[in-house]
Amino acid sequence: MNARLLPLAGFLLVLALLGFGIWWSGTHDLREVPSPLIGKPAPTFSLPLLDDPSKSLGSKELAGKPYLLNVFASWCVACRDEHPILMREGKRLGIRLVGFNYKDPADDARRWLAQYGNPYDDIVADLPGDVAIDFGVTGAPETFLVDADGIVRYKYISPITPQVIATELLPRIAKLQQGAK
Amino acid sequence: MRRVLLALAFALAAASAGAAVDPLPFKDRAEEVRFQNLTKQLRCLVCQNESLNDSSAPLAADLRRDVFEQMRAGKSDAEIKQWLTARYSDFVLYDPPLRGGTFLLWFGPLLVLGAGAVVVALNVRRRARNATAQPPARPASTDVEEDW
Repeated sequence: MNARLLPLAGFLLVLALLGFGIWWSGTHDLREVPSPLIGKPAPTFSLPLLDDPSKSLGSKELAGKPYLLNVFASWCVACRDEHPILMREGKRLGIRLVGFNYKDPADDARRWLAQYGNPYDDIVADLPGDVAIDFGVTGAPETFLVDADGIVRYKYISPITPQVIATELLPRIAKLQQGAK
Repeated sequence: MRRVLLALAFALAAASAGAAVDPLPFKDRAEEVRFQNLTKQLRCLVCQNESLNDSSAPLAADLRRDVFEQMRAGKSDAEIKQWLTARYSDFVLYDPPLRGGTFLLWFGPLLVLGAGAVVVALNVRRRARNATAQPPARPASTDVEEDW
């Protein structure tokens, strides 16, 4: 190769690297924290119900059937985008939809649900946010799919869209229910 | 008037400094230094360009409290880091551990340096060969410029 073309080759190499960087950051969310919990047992927890703090719900009661745990809060703006989709398509999931009210005063959460509707089968409240840390929650909304054995199968960060339900959640849920039979 | 303004400025500065990091009841200076060193190596999961030590996000405050409690419980720094990575993956560490997936991260620069060294070595050898085959018409110092 002509040595005079070497700088050009170097320039093209750098250009390719930058192009790859642009492509990569466009197709991947660089801020997304990968969950080390996938394929591992969900943390054991027991939290008070939002509607009745004297009663509690936890991994023990939820075991035996798959469920979807949806982290939400009244202070979370993105949850407001996600909410109508859960209202509309929550029943389509065919599994228990558990709301995880994260660092949210109970009154605020109740008012929020009264205003926008309640898509959840049950809602647990984690006001101190300790259980959320065990789940590796970094914010809201986040959604965990847990199977009948209590293994975390899937985690989705950011608001659920109809597309996520159709392409990510429903196939996984179908697989879980097939395996259970 | 100036004194009032000055006092106000101080009060504001103190308030903002206090708001960023909640005080923890350290029992001595050594414990505090250890805590600061550890939390500086940990990434805040909310504002990912900040360390756990600097961040004022509520989650960072919770995690600082957890780190502090575990220090009190007698856990080592390595155990605390392991506790965090079990929940938040290696992402929480500013200093990534050496393993298969991080091989390029650790040795990539070395590989690039090695590739550069190979290119330089090849160039030098080729020039040495050219120099013996046909003596340069001009002094070597200007030749370097010319070749590029």
